[in-house]
Amino acid sequence: MSGNSPEKILMKGNEAIAEAAIRAGCTAYFGYPITPQNELIAWMADKLTDMGRVFIQAESEVAAVNMVYGAAAAGKRAMTSSSSPGISLKQEGISYAAGADLPFVYVNIVRGGPGLGSIAPAQSDFNQSVKGGGHGDYRVIVLAPSSVQECADLTYLAFDLADKWRMPVLILGDGVIGTMMEGVTLPPMRDLASLPDKSGWAVGGLYKTGRAARHITSLDLVPAELEKKIFNRFDRYKKMADEETRFEEIQCADADLVIVAYGTSARVSLGAVEEARKAGLKVGLFRPISLFPFPADELDRLAKAGKRFLVVEMSMGQMADEVRLSIHDRAPVDLVAHAGGVVPTEEEVFAAAQKILGIEPAKVQGGKK
Amino acid sequence: MKRIAGHPESLVPVQSKYCGGCGHGIIHRLICEIIDEMGLRAKTVITNPVGCAIWADLYFDTDTVQPPHGRTPAAATGIKRVLPDHLVICYQGDGDLAAIGTAEMIHAANRGEKFTTIFVNNAIYGMTGGQMAPTTLVGQKATTAPRGRDPVEAGMGYPIRVLEMISTLEGTRYLARGAVNNPGNVRKVKGYIRKALEAQMAGVGFTMVEILSQCPTNWGMDPIKSVEWLENNMIPFYKLGEVKDEIEAVKASGTATVAGGEK
Repeated sequence: MSGNSPEKILMKGNEAIAEAAIRAGCTAYFGYPITPQNELIAWMADKLTDMGRVFIQAESEVAAVNMVYGAAAAGKRAMTSSSSPGISLKQEGISYAAGADLPFVYVNIVRGGPGLGSIAPAQSDFNQSVKGGGHGDYRVIVLAPSSVQECADLTYLAFDLADKWRMPVLILGDGVIGTMMEGVTLPPMRDLASLPDKSGWAVGGLYKTGRAARHITSLDLVPAELEKKIFNRFDRYKKMADEETRFEEIQCADADLVIVAYGTSARVSLGAVEEARKAGLKVGLFRPISLFPFPADELDRLAKAGKRFLVVEMSMGQMADEVRLSIHDRAPVDLVAHAGGVVPTEEEVFAAAQKILGIEPAKVQGGKK
Repeated sequence: MKRIAGHPESLVPVQSKYCGGCGHGIIHRLICEIIDEMGLRAKTVITNPVGCAIWADLYFDTDTVQPPHGRTPAAATGIKRVLPDHLVICYQGDGDLAAIGTAEMIHAANRGEKFTTIFVNNAIYGMTGGQMAPTTLVGQKATTAPRGRDPVEAGMGYPIRVLEMISTLEGTRYLARGAVNNPGNVRKVKGYIRKALEAQMAGVGFTMVEILSQCPTNWGMDPIKSVEWLENNMIPFYKLGEVKDEIEAVKASGTATVAGGEK
């Protein structure tokens, strides 16, 4: 594959994330095998060492994320990836990185939980992702691709956002997004020398300028001082939310019913919207792309315009709660929820939409009542 | 005029928070003297542990990084891999290294990571107030072993000889154990640390110096008594000396890789 090929190539989502990370200037990747993200770690193993960059298969998820912590502290673009059970283990390092204002990218190709759960696609790590995930008051930027192209584009963007806002950024996919193949146009290869200058805060290279020694830590035993840091961090999150909220609206303008879904659920829901439109029903799709910051104001605008909502998610109403908070109970919010690795079907989403709009659904083959 | 004594440049000239008779201060100073002698202050990154030496970043006038409890070898791995021309020191206590961080330590050693671990073994948890450590001796009292460490009946297990345990790993190239109980041993420790840090910069592989150290506060004795206790109890179990030294063999084999610049 040439460095800046503009042509479309066929890739899995996991591979597109890995290749886009390399092109974004990911200098060091540390990971641990887990299904369904194994193509990602294999891609990194195949490419990074030969490029003179760093690849380590760590002894655990805990070790991997703390290797990322070290590389990020040294000012390098670093990444780890996993799936749900492994992401739970990584929460320690993510919390520490948030507390030390370290930028890095991590990927969760979500599978059914809780516990070992299944290896099938799920979205049940929504709350963990958008509320911080580990101990303490913090947030991470959460980006949710719904195509292989978006896997590449959002991963590429994620490294820039991490550096811009000095915080971890999560790519939240699922087993479908990670393992399906689609055509993708890859972003150009970044020259490492062109990456943002971190000499203002990273460790290492003191000899170049003779600056004062630096200490990267999340520790501050003076409560008032620690509180001030956290207040400042939350001010930064607010500013970040103003600039980085991302979403897609499809046929929402004239819709009576807006389906809200992200990732794989959004792909399924888009099919249901097309079915509904063919049947003459005014149904639209609102797809959050950034899950934190969540596009709350945009949903509220739709609620004020008199629309009602159907949330479709592969989790038990986790995002529906977020939608209800966003629209201040201005409109009814219905839910199609699946769990454990079950993916909703177009037919059942279409049927749910018809029911909400007061139309008796036609007999649906295999659909859920 | 050549200065032959004085406060090391790499050590911040402040009163430390360490208790009277604690060994951390001596060990900090030895590390800083060697960093100065090697002229590497501006090219050093130290990862400090969770435990009493969580304060190390107040005292080392070098760049430092504070990872979670026990994860110092993982963070040091990340730092050294992207800054291969820097001197990276992973400073750890016995709980950090041999309990919560056992996996990280063993695998960093096994990969032959080219940083140096300074392992301070005082056979007790200091910061949290005297709980049993993985290196607490059989019969030694701790708040969580109030009648003494009982390996069998109470199921508390046995003290771990870390260097001997990891000496079978091929990635480990220099392993030495010293103590800071008297001036002679302090001088020997300085020699071990110097050898380890020089080996790191020569790219030979994983190096660790374990240092037996006094904790009068949590051992419940005055500093003089604690030195005697270390001599009479710890040294007989944790034998002093170089446990493994393959530095010259690795150099002769041509597999030592002197690190280039930043990634």
